[in-house]
Amino acid sequence: MSEGTVAKKQKLSVPFDYDKYLRPKKLPHIWCPGCGHGIVLKALLRAIEASGLNKDDICMVSGIGCSSRTPGYVDFNTMHSLHGRAFAFATGIKFAKPNMKVIVITGDGDALAIGGNHFIHTCRRNIDLTVLVYTNAIYGMTGGQYSPTTPLGDIATTSRYGNIEPPFDACKMAEAAGASFVARGTAYHTLELEKTILEAIKHKGTSVVDIIDACPTYYGRMNKYKSATHMMEVIEKDGTVSVKQADKLPPEKLEGKLLRGVLYKTDRPEYCEQYATQVMGKATGK
Amino acid sequence: MGEAALKLPNIRINEKLCKGCSICVDFCPTNVLEIKGTVVAVKDLAACTRCQLCDLRCPDFAISVID
Ligand SMILES: Cc1ncc(C[n+]2csc(CCOP(=O)(O)OP(=O)(O)O)c2C)c(N)n1
Ligand code: SF4
Ligand code: SF4
Ligand code: SF4
Repeated sequence: MSEGTVAKKQKLSVPFDYDKYLRPKKLPHIWCPGCGHGIVLKALLRAIEASGLNKDDICMVSGIGCSSRTPGYVDFNTMHSLHGRAFAFATGIKFAKPNMKVIVITGDGDALAIGGNHFIHTCRRNIDLTVLVYTNAIYGMTGGQYSPTTPLGDIATTSRYGNIEPPFDACKMAEAAGASFVARGTAYHTLELEKTILEAIKHKGTSVVDIIDACPTYYGRMNKYKSATHMMEVIEKDGTVSVKQADKLPPEKLEGKLLRGVLYKTDRPEYCEQYATQVMGKATGK
Repeated sequence: MGEAALKLPNIRINEKLCKGCSICVDFCPTNVLEIKGTVVAVKDLAACTRCQLCDLRCPDFAISVID
């Protein structure tokens, strides 16, 4: 089903007053023409509206990278931290203010390369954070070095002859490490992404959404994509299948495709609650 | 047919924010939009079905379609 048809079937969340959640004076944002990060941000803002959360009860935390520039444009409590360290800062904020909805914005490089260890232990603790990983298969900000999600054989400034490092799947890693909500979306399927992010926001525990989006400037140009649109069609539309459709498809149709939608969800004790009851409760004799 | 059915949509373009990436032009199912110079422009307003795809996929908060 095309997004247009979905739009007609679903109660439409557009036109939408994005300004309500933005710092409009900070626009235009720094992202290049066609960069997927802006499309993802719009889906996130619509999901936040649907969640009914108050702006002041949200804290958005990021690391470093083009994706991590996101908090600079939004009117929540925000923190732009250090490369790979968004999880550590977010953990501190959540711990100090357990009623705050803490949303982590991170790139595939930020979360899975330099921040990989923090990512794993955030998931293991199942601390209540909403984690959005903007997966564009490249280090955009620093000029197009390959990342842990760059496909085999692809060109980056650090893999001129083709990448020889096998990529890993952020969703599988999050699930294995203990995250209690794991999902994937794309910028192309923007209404579906909005719903997935809303589910992630509502879930208690570490909620990871791996979001496939495009860096036309580096990944796109080096790998011979004609435009941002071309990348969205090939990588995001043709390169993914929704979990709902996947059951009905023969294995050969699923080969090489990433699954979209909620991939794993469970109820598991959340870290801040455990700390309050198991540690503080015992220490104070209550 | 009532008045409302004949009313043309209002496509708002913010030229200060548009970066001319062409995503909205490429995905519009009825060819309403075009790139003129460095930004998007409306070519055929009557063809617009208000499907909202242009707004949904614009990365730059630069286009919206009101009623
Ligand atoms: C400690 C440290 N090491 C390296 C860098 C340089 N650096 C800045 S952003 C970045 C990668 C960003 O890639 P990603 O997180 O995928 O975000 P994108 O720019 O693609 O959105 C790197 C290596 C840094 N800022 N700090
Ligand atoms: S370099 Fe890539 S990721 Fe960074 S803003 Fe440009 S298109 Fe987006
Ligand atoms: S609302 Fe749909 S038909 Fe109208 S301009 Fe936008 S994409 Fe085209
Ligand atoms: S998608 Fe947005 S930024 Fe790109 S050409 Fe259309 S209005 Fe301009």
